[in-house]
Amino acid sequence: MTIHTDVRDGESRPLREVRTEVPEVIYVPRYTGLQRVNHWITAILFTLLTLSGLAMFTPFLNFLTALFGGGQATRAIHPWLGVALVVSFTFLFMRFWRLNIPNRDDVEWSKKIGDVVTNREDRLPELGKYNAGQKGVFWGQTILILVMFVTGLVIWNEYFGQATTIETQRWALLAHSLAAVIAIAIIFVHIYAGIWVRGTGRAMVRGTVTGGWAYRHHRKWLRQIAGTLPTRSGSVDKRGH
Amino acid sequence: MADYASLDIRQRSASTDQPPDIRAHQEVAKLIDVSKCIGCKACQAACEEWNDLRDDVGINVGVYDNPHDLTAKTWTLMRFTEYENPETNNLEWLIRKDGCMHCSDPGCLKACPSPGAIVQYSNGIVDFVEENCIGCAYCVKGCPFNIPRISKTDRKAYKCTLCSDRVAVGQAPACAKACPTGAIMFGTKEAMIEQAHDRVDDLKSRGFKQAGLYDPKGVGGTHVMYVLHHNDKPHLYNGLPDDPKISPLVAFWKGGAKVFGLATMGFAALAGFFHYVTAGPNEVVPEEEEEAIDLKDRASRNRDGEARLS
Repeated sequence: MTIHTDVRDGESRPLREVRTEVPEVIYVPRYTGLQRVNHWITAILFTLLTLSGLAMFTPFLNFLTALFGGGQATRAIHPWLGVALVVSFTFLFMRFWRLNIPNRDDVEWSKKIGDVVTNREDRLPELGKYNAGQKGVFWGQTILILVMFVTGLVIWNEYFGQATTIETQRWALLAHSLAAVIAIAIIFVHIYAGIWVRGTGRAMVRGTVTGGWAYRHHRKWLRQIAGTLPTRSGSVDKRGH
Repeated sequence: MADYASLDIRQRSASTDQPPDIRAHQEVAKLIDVSKCIGCKACQAACEEWNDLRDDVGINVGVYDNPHDLTAKTWTLMRFTEYENPETNNLEWLIRKDGCMHCSDPGCLKACPSPGAIVQYSNGIVDFVEENCIGCAYCVKGCPFNIPRISKTDRKAYKCTLCSDRVAVGQAPACAKACPTGAIMFGTKEAMIEQAHDRVDDLKSRGFKQAGLYDPKGVGGTHVMYVLHHNDKPHLYNGLPDDPKISPLVAFWKGGAKVFGLATMGFAALAGFFHYVTAGPNEVVPEEEEEAIDLKDRASRNRDGEARLS
């Protein structure tokens, strides 16, 4: 321990106060390393697609083309980013779709949405790994990405410009842009939920959540996996393996 | 020519600024009298020559149309239709010089996402500025006449310029200059409408009761107009739209959808912010961490118990 002389009174004391009693916390694994990488690749692609797509959506955001090396480059790169996102999201989908099937608890939870947004966790039912909001994000993105993929191919002039009629392409353009703005709005909610519900970011950055977080938000899930957690609470591997 | 440095720009694609609007607009128009056209394709040749474009040699499939469609290098095209008129039992050879109509309300310009890639001059000519074109082909979806073509070589959009470069120095478009029968005329829009009415009267006197001027109001009128013997049935002329207008899908995509989109995204972002400053963060309390440890300990005791029993 580093001992420093405090300039205020000349006394020697440790640089930081050492808390004598560290509150005991267990860490519960929630996502594997591969799942986190998969999530963040999807997130990065979604961000790039949002920026390049909005650049072509309204003149007010056209300046975003500068991020991609100009209008032509933006137009050329956007569909390829989309293809990459579809591949990445497909893996996410295959990993998580079972856990996102709605159940009775979701109905109960949704009815108490007022308690959800006012942080009254005590009034909510015990939940499995995901709540109805998270499932909504999952299925919403699944459907919207599918819509954007199909319509995106239709309006990808370089390769599919001759494949469909111009009238079909008009429908596709409209559907593509509407699906995109809804998907972006959902992602805003998704990101905000990660800021609002403290301790959530840890799941996607470190792979673990604290026991308290799991107990508070997904108690049914915690009960399911509690038996598999390491016995001595002090020795939990913080990497989440 | 493509920015507001010129006072002659009336509209500029994907631009939010007010264009200069103090100069009087003297609108020009090209009048194509279909009844006088002999299908010689001199206009096509003149167009290629003036614009210095040579389209690829195509394949003859037994129709007069050559090439078969407008391309990035063929900005005007004679389209031939053999029409048997049921009223007179005559075979009529309807030849229409196809190309950009230079709409007053251009769907291509409305659809274009790239600032200044499509402009409309104060004389009504709609021009593509390839320098600013990004090759998205939105103009293709915006156009009610199916005119713009994307080049496979440079992925930029091309179409008839109405020889804006010639018109700017007081010359008629190359096609009008080359036409041997005077079927293509060029002048102020006013003069061309007057000329068209003379021609329509003449055609009516010769039995074409439905002769008329094609200057469709659905796109605010055009700066390329036709005199048609059958103005009641424009579609006879190789699918010339009877009532062209910007597709409601394109209009909504470029109008309501944009407002809806920005509002939805803005609302989502603001809702989050205001939720945070009212409800505040959802935090785990220390008691819950303890509860979790208890829960886990009970679970492991049960597990150990089961292990001993079995």
